[in-house]
Amino acid sequence: MLKLLDGPQTLGRGKIFWSCFLAVLAGALIYPLFADSYDVGNFAYFLIWIFMALGLCLMWGYGGMLSFGQTFFFGIAGYGYGVLAINMGGGTTTIAALVLSVVIAMIAAGILGYFMIWGGISGIFFGIVTLSATLVLAFFLGQTAGPEWHIGSARLNGFNGMKGMDPLTVGSFDIEGSALYYVMIALIVIVYIALRMLVNSSVGNVIVATRENPQRAEMLGYDVRKYQLLTFVIGSGLAGLSGALYTSWGQFITPSSIGLPAAAMPIVWVAFSGRNDLTATLVGSFLLLFGFQTITVYSQQAALVLMGALLLATVMLAPQGFVLGIGKLVVDRWNRRRRRDEVPALADTSRLQSDET
Amino acid sequence: MALVDVKGVSKRFGGLTAVSEVDLTVNAGEVHCLIGPNGAGKSTLFKLIVGLYPPTTGSIFFDSIDITAERPYARVQRGMSIKMQAPSVFRELPVRQNIQVALQERLSGAECVAEEERLLTLLNLADDGGKLAGALSHGQQQWLEIGMALALQPQLLLLDEPTAGMSPEETHKTGELIKSFNAEGMTVLVVEHDMAFVRQVAQRVTVLHLGKIFARGSLEAILEDEKVAEIYLGKTHAH
Repeated sequence: MLKLLDGPQTLGRGKIFWSCFLAVLAGALIYPLFADSYDVGNFAYFLIWIFMALGLCLMWGYGGMLSFGQTFFFGIAGYGYGVLAINMGGGTTTIAALVLSVVIAMIAAGILGYFMIWGGISGIFFGIVTLSATLVLAFFLGQTAGPEWHIGSARLNGFNGMKGMDPLTVGSFDIEGSALYYVMIALIVIVYIALRMLVNSSVGNVIVATRENPQRAEMLGYDVRKYQLLTFVIGSGLAGLSGALYTSWGQFITPSSIGLPAAAMPIVWVAFSGRNDLTATLVGSFLLLFGFQTITVYSQQAALVLMGALLLATVMLAPQGFVLGIGKLVVDRWNRRRRRDEVPALADTSRLQSDET
Repeated sequence: MALVDVKGVSKRFGGLTAVSEVDLTVNAGEVHCLIGPNGAGKSTLFKLIVGLYPPTTGSIFFDSIDITAERPYARVQRGMSIKMQAPSVFRELPVRQNIQVALQERLSGAECVAEEERLLTLLNLADDGGKLAGALSHGQQQWLEIGMALALQPQLLLLDEPTAGMSPEETHKTGELIKSFNAEGMTVLVVEHDMAFVRQVAQRVTVLHLGKIFARGSLEAILEDEKVAEIYLGKTHAH
């Protein structure tokens, strides 16, 4: 199983890569010991979005399906968590609410994905249909301000947003602050490792082959629709995980976290980072979220304009993504330097041998 | 015994009838060539057999099972394997991974690696395993695709113009490869223009003309047929 951690579908392998991975993980684990609780809470906040980016990377980069629906499933799970947590009474049941809301998002992805994929929707039309579903959900939730819009005792509240749900809780312990940060780190490591193993497995081989040439993949005996649906459900489920965690973190959710500007964000993160690689997406999304958050403190409009400029720059200058491009450049230089170091060493050896003879 | 039985199949695209009331039988263990001038309907018939087009009328049987309504992947799972006319490989994946995708349903672990090496060596691609498939020459891509089709160990190998873009040496080698697979019991249906290649491999030949069966029989009989020579081969080729 562990062999699947490294493979042709993921950049970064071998001792050096995994040593760096462990060093970064160790740094992340000791960070709360040195940072103040406000910064730790902020870090936990933007780690929430990483799942959504990794899900889009799987669908778009590996599966070739550009989904504009990440915030659709984010919203379903986010509102789902709120409705379930309020109606189930809070406390430890919030853990069940988190799991169930992600399952609901995955079921929704299964239904939408079935109709799209079995209906032969692909390419740009896949993006159009998922964007339409996202906008419909955002519009629908925006007009639920009246008291008649409630599920059990949970009021949807239109643009004012749903509130009043408990944060994730185990017994009487609320998972907030540093505890939430550690939960995020653990979940990101689990999801990242699991996705690496998935894309390097035989299933991942078919997912990538389907992106490259779906007809050829079918001609090898694969029902490519099932693989596309699996990819869509997993990728959308990860957006759902982001949504449920977001609602539990802030204890509220509004339709603006589903609408067009929000829906465009994952596309920017993943395009900028490099959609063809999980590690590039993980690192790039983290950097962008950190930057976005920092600039938002001064001006949200400026942060949005910067995101748009970054998307344009990516399309014009680095269609494969900036982080992935820089990563490849570093690896190439490293390999070239190693080869250069090896050649004189070999020359010295052969000189010694000729001296001996 | 018939492995493929095409019964009364027609395919119409709007007002154009590309294939009309075609009956075709491919017997188990033979190399059967489908020839005809441009526009005869060869590739359309091929696509009907592999399931890329649904027929307008008629039925297609594989190993006595009606597969007319089945999708291509289901036909492949029954024992068909296909090489398309234009090279259809996974261009952005390494050559080795192209073969792996084809092999992994049948083999795993060391067996898979050994078979991968055998196929790459057989197809003269052993030194190019790490290259992206899109970086191979046209002829090498053709071989890679044949390798992917062979990796499935099919009962029936369907080849649509397998030697298009190949040099005479590569074409001859491809012919020898097909004969060696056939000697091991594989049935092969080839759509081909190159008559030298057809002469090299064919045991039975079906001639299509204007979407209909024009002639069928042994290679010798077809080469002797004056009418076939008139419509397709040119009289000098017939003798």
